[in-house]
Amino acid sequence: MELCDLTALELTKMLRKKEVSAVEILQSSLDRISKVDGRPGSLDHTTELTEEDKQKVHAFITRTDEIALAQAQEVDRKISAGEDPGPLAGVPFSVKDIFCVKDTYSTAASKILANFKAPYTATPVERMLQAGAVMVGKVNLDEFTYGSSNESSAFQPSPRNPWKTDRVPGGSSGGSAASVGAGEVPLSLGTDTAGSIRQPAAFCGVVGVKPTYGRVSRYGLIAFASSLDCPGPVARTVSDAAAMLQVIGGADSHDATASPLAMPDYLSTIEDGVKGMRIGLSPDYFRITYPDPKTGDLLSQPLPAEIENAVRSAAEKLAAMGAEIIEDVPMPNTRFGIPAYFVISRVEAASNLHRYDGVKYGLRTQQSFNDLNKMYRFTRNEGFGLQPKLRILMGMYVSAAQYSEQYYRRALRVRTLIRRDFEAVYDPRGKYRLDALLTPTTPTTAFEMAAVYGDSVLMQYADQLTVPANHAGIPGISLPAGFDASGLPIGIQLLGADFTESTLFRIGRAFEKATETEPWRQVKPQVLQG
Amino acid sequence: MSEQITQEVFEHLVGLAALQLDPDQAEYLRRQLNNQLKAIRELEAIPLDEDIPISLHGVPYEESGSAKPREDEWIKYPDVKALLDQAPQIEDGYIVVPDIPHTELK
Repeated sequence: MELCDLTALELTKMLRKKEVSAVEILQSSLDRISKVDGRPGSLDHTTELTEEDKQKVHAFITRTDEIALAQAQEVDRKISAGEDPGPLAGVPFSVKDIFCVKDTYSTAASKILANFKAPYTATPVERMLQAGAVMVGKVNLDEFTYGSSNESSAFQPSPRNPWKTDRVPGGSSGGSAASVGAGEVPLSLGTDTAGSIRQPAAFCGVVGVKPTYGRVSRYGLIAFASSLDCPGPVARTVSDAAAMLQVIGGADSHDATASPLAMPDYLSTIEDGVKGMRIGLSPDYFRITYPDPKTGDLLSQPLPAEIENAVRSAAEKLAAMGAEIIEDVPMPNTRFGIPAYFVISRVEAASNLHRYDGVKYGLRTQQSFNDLNKMYRFTRNEGFGLQPKLRILMGMYVSAAQYSEQYYRRALRVRTLIRRDFEAVYDPRGKYRLDALLTPTTPTTAFEMAAVYGDSVLMQYADQLTVPANHAGIPGISLPAGFDASGLPIGIQLLGADFTESTLFRIGRAFEKATETEPWRQVKPQVLQG
Repeated sequence: MSEQITQEVFEHLVGLAALQLDPDQAEYLRRQLNNQLKAIRELEAIPLDEDIPISLHGVPYEESGSAKPREDEWIKYPDVKALLDQAPQIEDGYIVVPDIPHTELK
């Protein structure tokens, strides 16, 4: 066990007791990155992948070793001087490269922003730094977060799953989940628009939290779909995730959608257990929909047995700890989450992507034109990869005046139905009165690299169990819950009512305690074996 | 079922999107768009009562749970040069772009 394998709360406790310095913790993290990460993602696509490349994680685009060293030294100085170094003092963390961080490249994993150095720092990152956490670098993602595997990044090699490096880490916060899963950092800052924290967390065997929309400021987040985007923590334990959300959440005068509701003290209730809680299981989360690869027709089938069994086993454990399990909770509009998302997210993405034009910042084509429109077109063609282009085109189509009623407004009304499903089951005067829904996080475990990439419809259906929470704005957490027969992590998901993150943390922590002695908890990722 | 996004519709969209695609990209993107529309069509089968409103956000933004609007104050940005330095081409503090074509409005 090395320092970088400890949790964030263990590290900061040792630091305060002066059993270790922030610089020593940082060095352990940097050593682990050097050992398992391999070459960082770059725009150079001409270098062929070597066998060694295929065994590495490739989570990072940019390492900020020197800045991190200065931050760690400042934490050590504060401790020596008897000053409060902050609640996450000395804890290394990575940042999904979709957040602006002053004076660092903030690329969105896109060629169009490859040379962009942010002039300011995103609020969640700023709060981590003020809490004494130490940023070791920016991690890879799907280009502009558009994907569920990280393969669409313009910065190659794209991240690989630390449990099996021939598998994807999930996405779009794949670099975040891979960096935490490989023990490079105990914490990472990700974003979740359709499941982009929870799905890679499930694939990489770590904890991922999508907070309630508005719980965490989006200031400094490069926007994808502004009504759905949620920054949130990736961690190895529920308590670490809670400690991180405590730091990054809360009102922000820079973001009008950031909620002014007071932040609860998550850690003060996290050990309170689940006795008396009502936790629901829905048959609508035990069936999956996917497009037929040949015809494109949508098919439906039961969830893989291993994943369903993991959820039901978790329910039994929570019941044994005093929770009441409510079966057959209807969530009938779950299956419409992806079709509605195809419309809403594309309209918002197309709007947000119009700002990239080669004028104010970012890439401008090197070709010389005396016509502004030509400069726009060639810049955007050279700067955007296929996935942003696809989203722009679909967004323009479904929001066009003649199709808006048929597609966009209809999708927004379906979003109301999805929201109502959740409101009904959490209603304290309703039939179900749930504290949380317990579901699988993903329809499959991590799939092979290149197995799905290119099929934009099939890739989107990887998010079918996570996207309803984004439509509804509610919080969700993905927890590791064992492995499938091929040794890949399985994730289970808890979904709660608005601003009930503390309830989800309590249930998640109870599940951790119920399983802490199980053999699967001792298994290490492939990149840390031998 | 015939393709909904025909070559003609696709080319119109590409123009609106300010893109300049090569033929391989165009073929892939048009195929994917039509595949996505198949999935989106599932929305058409959902019975929707007339009184179901749209939701622009999941979480409702009521007055008690919303941030108060700020005063609309002009604040000088502390480092204007840092912003201008991001522009691909500047001259005497102005951002330079190619000629803006003049078009007759119909």
